[in-house]
Amino acid sequence: MTSDDEGDGGVKPAVTARNERLVESLLAGEHRALARVITRIENRAPGCRDLVSRLYEHSGTATVLGITGSPGAGKSTLVDKLAAAYRDRGDTVGVIAVDPSSPYSGGAVLGDRIRMASTVGDMDVFVRSMSTRGQLGGLSTATADAITALDAFGKDVVIVETVGAGQSEVDIVRTADTVAVLVQPGSGDDVQMLKAGILEIGDVFVVNKADTEGVDRTVAELREMIERRAESPRQHGNTRSAADEPWQPPVVETVATSGTGIDELLDALDEHAAYLDRTDAGDRRAVDRIADEIRQLVRSDANELLAAEIDRSGGIESLARRVRDRETDPYTVADEIVEPLRECLDSLQNEPPNE
Amino acid sequence: MSADTERGVRHRPIRCLIAKVGLDGHDRGAHVITRAFRDAGFEVVYSGLHRAPEEVVQAAVQEDVDVLGLSILSGAHNTLVPAVIEGLQSYDAFEDTLLIVGGIIPEDDRDRLREMGVAAVFGPGTPMEETVEFVRENAPRRRT
Repeated sequence: MTSDDEGDGGVKPAVTARNERLVESLLAGEHRALARVITRIENRAPGCRDLVSRLYEHSGTATVLGITGSPGAGKSTLVDKLAAAYRDRGDTVGVIAVDPSSPYSGGAVLGDRIRMASTVGDMDVFVRSMSTRGQLGGLSTATADAITALDAFGKDVVIVETVGAGQSEVDIVRTADTVAVLVQPGSGDDVQMLKAGILEIGDVFVVNKADTEGVDRTVAELREMIERRAESPRQHGNTRSAADEPWQPPVVETVATSGTGIDELLDALDEHAAYLDRTDAGDRRAVDRIADEIRQLVRSDANELLAAEIDRSGGIESLARRVRDRETDPYTVADEIVEPLRECLDSLQNEPPNE
Repeated sequence: MSADTERGVRHRPIRCLIAKVGLDGHDRGAHVITRAFRDAGFEVVYSGLHRAPEEVVQAAVQEDVDVLGLSILSGAHNTLVPAVIEGLQSYDAFEDTLLIVGGIIPEDDRDRLREMGVAAVFGPGTPMEETVEFVRENAPRRRT
């Protein structure tokens, strides 16, 4: 495929025209157009930035919910029941289910749909499976853009579901207004796992499979951890909340398979949404999130420029070989590649801004 | 020059939906094909058992798949396949979806399914490579 998208201002007219048509159909409520838009977003297809820019002005009304937890905790089942509960309230729902792809074949089995049984036949629940496709970092951009598409389509609630296993997953759920972390009762290993960064992002904790043994202990352990987190002032939970009214994450018990506790969970999620509205926490979170998005885009653009510069310098392979042969060192090579960019920026700084 | 052209990012795996439609509970074949497709580098959405045609259509449209593989061992293919095709047509999604059927389909019915728009029928004993190769070659090269 050729590079027919030249970024802002350089998109081919044919692409622009197609984007216009797609956005028009999407806003008119055509599911097929929405599906296609998400495909283009996921593929980072030519003109996809232009597409998201067009959708952006129509978005901003949906409540975005992130659900994460270890494999087998019951995320998909819970999302299914939640979606049904929102539908009962009259809300339309979008679901983005992220599954890992195989690092070997690049293929993936996206099985979350199997659990989405409560809402089949109801097109007002739009479920989309996405694989990680090995694009670390890039996935959070794609997910954020897919949320924008669902939002612009008019979904009242967008649920993003992902395995909480690493940084990229954490980045994904951070695009949400409210994050629910799912834990299953048992050996306590799950609670141990939470120490590794997942605890900090949870606004609501859900102990699922609450009809099995060890529930009380897991709930108690969770509560204790949450309290400890509230005590330490430099935790992310506090810096993000309104200073005089820190958010205390509730712990909700559910049995997703039977629907027990779903109403309580819904209440807890609503409460957090109300908290975000009531304090400056919501605004601050949105600004943080958008700042992350901008940084990510700038970084990937800069990477692109520098990749071209690396090619101009003879390609990464030959540069590495020169270092290997002890002709030079990695720092010098990096300096040489960045130098032209630095010069350009310096010369701009010396000029008066042309406004 | 933009993130859209970032290396290694713009490659689109073939997206498939493997669906068990109707009331038969034999999902071994569907599981095997799902895994074979994954190992071939495809992204495979698996529907789970006992799906109604409209559920399969809903999933195919929402997931925007290139390939829809129906697994039917109940003998009800003459009813189920047309229902799925009609559903796809109602979303304007039939033309660019490669529809394949696997399972127990009598020889006499295969031609009729093909006339309806089924691209291929794979019976028991079909080598996995044959199916994978067929999908690779025929998955619609739609949209740029």
